[in-house]
Amino acid sequence: MIRYIYFIFCFNCIIVYAQNCNNTLSGKVVDFHDGTELERAIIIVKGTNKEIITDFNGSFSISNLCNESYILEISHPQCKTKELKIKVFENINKTIRLEHHVEELNEIIIYGNSFNEKSKTLIENKISSETLENYIGATLGDVLNNLSGVSSLNSGNSVVKPIINGLHSSRVVIINNGVRMEDQEWGAEHAPNIDINSIDNITLIKGAGALQYSGNALGGVIVAEAPDFKLKDSLYGKTIIRAATNGQGATTTSKLTKTQTNGLYSSAQLTFKRFGDFKAPNYVLTNTGVLERNASFRLGLNRYNYGLELYYSIFKNEIGILKASHIHTARDQLSSINSEIPLIINDFSYKINSPKQDVTHHILRFKWFKRFEGLGKLSLQYDFQRNNRLEYDVRIGVYKNIPSTDLKLETHSIMVDLDTQFNNSIKFKTGIIGRFQDNFASPKTGVRRIIPDYDKYDLGIYTIADFRVNDKLLFEVGSRFDYSYMDVFKFYRKSFWNSRGYQDIFPEIIVEEEFNNQILTNPKFTFYNFSTTFGSRYTFDESRSILFNYSIASRIPNPSELFSEGLHHASARFEIGDLRFNSEVGHKIALTFKLQNKNLNLSINPYINTIKDFILIEPTQIQQTIRGNFQVWEYRQTNAQLFGLDIDASFALNENVFLDNQFSFIKGNDLIKNEPLISIPPVNINNEIVYQNPNLNNLRLALKSEYVFRQNEYPDNNFEVFEAVSQTTELVDVSTPPNAYHLFNFNSSINIKVEKNYRLDLNFDINNLLNKQYRNYLNRLRYYAHDLGRNIILGFKYNY
Amino acid sequence: MKKNIFISTLLILTVLSCSKDDDHPEHVHEHELITTMTITLTPSDGFTGDTITLQMQDLDGDGPNAPTKSVSGNLLSGVFYDGAVVLLNESESPAENITSEIEEEDEEHQFFITPGGGLIENVGIEYINLDSNGNILGTQFQINTFDSSSGTLTFTLRHEPTKPNTGLADAGGATDVEATFNVTIE
Repeated sequence: MIRYIYFIFCFNCIIVYAQNCNNTLSGKVVDFHDGTELERAIIIVKGTNKEIITDFNGSFSISNLCNESYILEISHPQCKTKELKIKVFENINKTIRLEHHVEELNEIIIYGNSFNEKSKTLIENKISSETLENYIGATLGDVLNNLSGVSSLNSGNSVVKPIINGLHSSRVVIINNGVRMEDQEWGAEHAPNIDINSIDNITLIKGAGALQYSGNALGGVIVAEAPDFKLKDSLYGKTIIRAATNGQGATTTSKLTKTQTNGLYSSAQLTFKRFGDFKAPNYVLTNTGVLERNASFRLGLNRYNYGLELYYSIFKNEIGILKASHIHTARDQLSSINSEIPLIINDFSYKINSPKQDVTHHILRFKWFKRFEGLGKLSLQYDFQRNNRLEYDVRIGVYKNIPSTDLKLETHSIMVDLDTQFNNSIKFKTGIIGRFQDNFASPKTGVRRIIPDYDKYDLGIYTIADFRVNDKLLFEVGSRFDYSYMDVFKFYRKSFWNSRGYQDIFPEIIVEEEFNNQILTNPKFTFYNFSTTFGSRYTFDESRSILFNYSIASRIPNPSELFSEGLHHASARFEIGDLRFNSEVGHKIALTFKLQNKNLNLSINPYINTIKDFILIEPTQIQQTIRGNFQVWEYRQTNAQLFGLDIDASFALNENVFLDNQFSFIKGNDLIKNEPLISIPPVNINNEIVYQNPNLNNLRLALKSEYVFRQNEYPDNNFEVFEAVSQTTELVDVSTPPNAYHLFNFNSSINIKVEKNYRLDLNFDINNLLNKQYRNYLNRLRYYAHDLGRNIILGFKYNY
Repeated sequence: MKKNIFISTLLILTVLSCSKDDDHPEHVHEHELITTMTITLTPSDGFTGDTITLQMQDLDGDGPNAPTKSVSGNLLSGVFYDGAVVLLNESESPAENITSEIEEEDEEHQFFITPGGGLIENVGIEYINLDSNGNILGTQFQINTFDSSSGTLTFTLRHEPTKPNTGLADAGGATDVEATFNVTIE
């Protein structure tokens, strides 16, 4: 009997243990109508502090639930919040269906383009608004640098261009609030003209598969999206200030939003950023200050079956270029390389002198959508962009304060998109895009135009469809056709024209010969390009899936590749384009393995990209001028192959401690010359340990280690110059990459609730904790100076 | 739907028709271009001999044609020569004199003369004119020839050098002109 009671007692013990809350509720949040998985749905378990956000696949998992009834509150941006009562008695798998209509209808307004899902078969990396807020004051390139497979091509520390899987500039398309950025992205020292404070989140697509945006993104697409607006009467805002020791400046941004239940909404946002000279660990980087002023405004109406929106933004950025990088000849470059520190170091100053860049970018956009029964959603967008780029050189006489480059690029685009769903398993998107572009190079500079005057007309048509075979298997196919026509007026030096053999190939394009040693020509180009994508996704189970994508992308040569003909100052070299170039065509195969469970989130992404007629620039000869000798770099078409591997892993050690790891490896080869490609990112490994405690005002402490290996594969572009003093020739080593380096960054933040609806967030970060002196292979100014030293940042954010 | 497509087509056409007419772009005058450097070496008072001219000319500027160089004759040994430099932009007509612009902004420029080969031991160089801070400008100078020899003279104009300096090696700045001439002292 006692034994029996003992047995019951023990059995109870087990039950009690089980009741001690060891159940897991997992499942998916999907659209009620077509079963689409809903990402970023928020599930709150009422009466507890549990709050879970669904992942990319709409999956969620809530652990440690007891044997009792719970009320779940499930919400998703733009959806009516749903309450669900659920009785938990064991591990449960539950599919939660949400009325998704409101969001579906609004997505044209909410998301940059008409499509919420960018690509179903290519890996997408997202940067959330919370992460973005920690980067205010940073550039888009700095933010993206945190993703595996993304590096940046820098010209100093303020001109930062993203490199995706080894490709950059014209091969990376940036969609800013639904507008394809046309901001002279062709130049390696032209940073994207985008204020990260005007956007809510960023999606990175590594590949050209997202054909709705472009057919020429051989590297990838960066989609920066506007924040969501809730359909309720509300007035809210936030102000962020971040001050930093390095550069002795600050960035401040403020945003105010008003929404109404009738669908009307408006918002305004302002950013101001001011920094003086930045510092390397042991010296001031003279003339590297920044002055940035941005604003954006949005006004719209969002109804059940139609909506419209007007958006305007201005971005104005003045960036000082390191004084010591102002050199002319190969001889000057040799002195700079041989000197361990920059040849010009002055005291700290906020003044931005020449050389500098001053860029202004305006975007005006109008959007409209309407839902037609039996047809689908039709949307129309018109956008206008004006990009004015001024580059000031160190000049003399009356030209001292006149820019040596003054380019005005204006782009008008019209897009019509149709989004249709035939049935539960087939979705269909199609659209047509017309674009007109006018580039005007001011003759008032007193310097021969680098980029000529031109008019460009584009017409693009695309169709993408996805077929959901069953719960596990999905196919995606798409194709796109692009027509481009360019009408160009360019002055050539007669000696150059003849030396290229153009007088025999293009005699008909000469318009006038009356300028003493120059001729005016009128080249016209027509390009027809096809792009396609094919992909599939197989979901093994809740935690494992595999994605495959094959895409063909075609890119027309950009103005810099076609027309360059002159001196590039910071690099002390002549750059020469070629009128005979045709489009480059890339074939990319990407695989992604994903593993997601309670403790581990892993994605492994190998890829291979083979590019026919890849346009690269390389040194070919030495040219003599009255200023001395210059290295001549000519653009050339070849066949190239890039392959690599990106790994993202995050591991939860327990509820509060997480480990994150990123690894990127890439190799690039010129298949014709059989040598490595230049500026291929070296292997890098990032590791971060994060402690986060929601019970301690959401305290977050993170220590990140960033290890960048030395690039051991590079083409040898070294050359020799004559040294007049010693009467000897000396080697100018422009090729050898700098050594590997290891950086540590510390981040911390805490959220303090002031009262209902008011919250104060504090940040304290230290970048380059150990004040490590290093040079970065992908920084074009690495010959002249080291990268940034330690930077201590203090941030305040107030939500109201 | 049809109406919308019609409207959008109309919009595209409107936009396209907004494009500028085919006006030819304006020709850019390159004002800072230096096409020609002429060094004149005139025997100082009390010395006899011919005036020697060293010239480098590159009429297509940064174009592919190499500059041409000429030296009008040999220097005599044991002579003091007064030297002066003239920089011209001959791509404009009339040609622009760049030397005067440089002399106006004397603090930001410096002219260097570097002997090479047999001339290292056989010429003495003295810079005559100074900038407004009392540092060397160097567009006027005096050369003293010693024994018969041959070698090179290199003339270098630097923009925004570190001043004062001990010579080209620590001057820094950007090179505006660099020309090496083969010179003989007889």
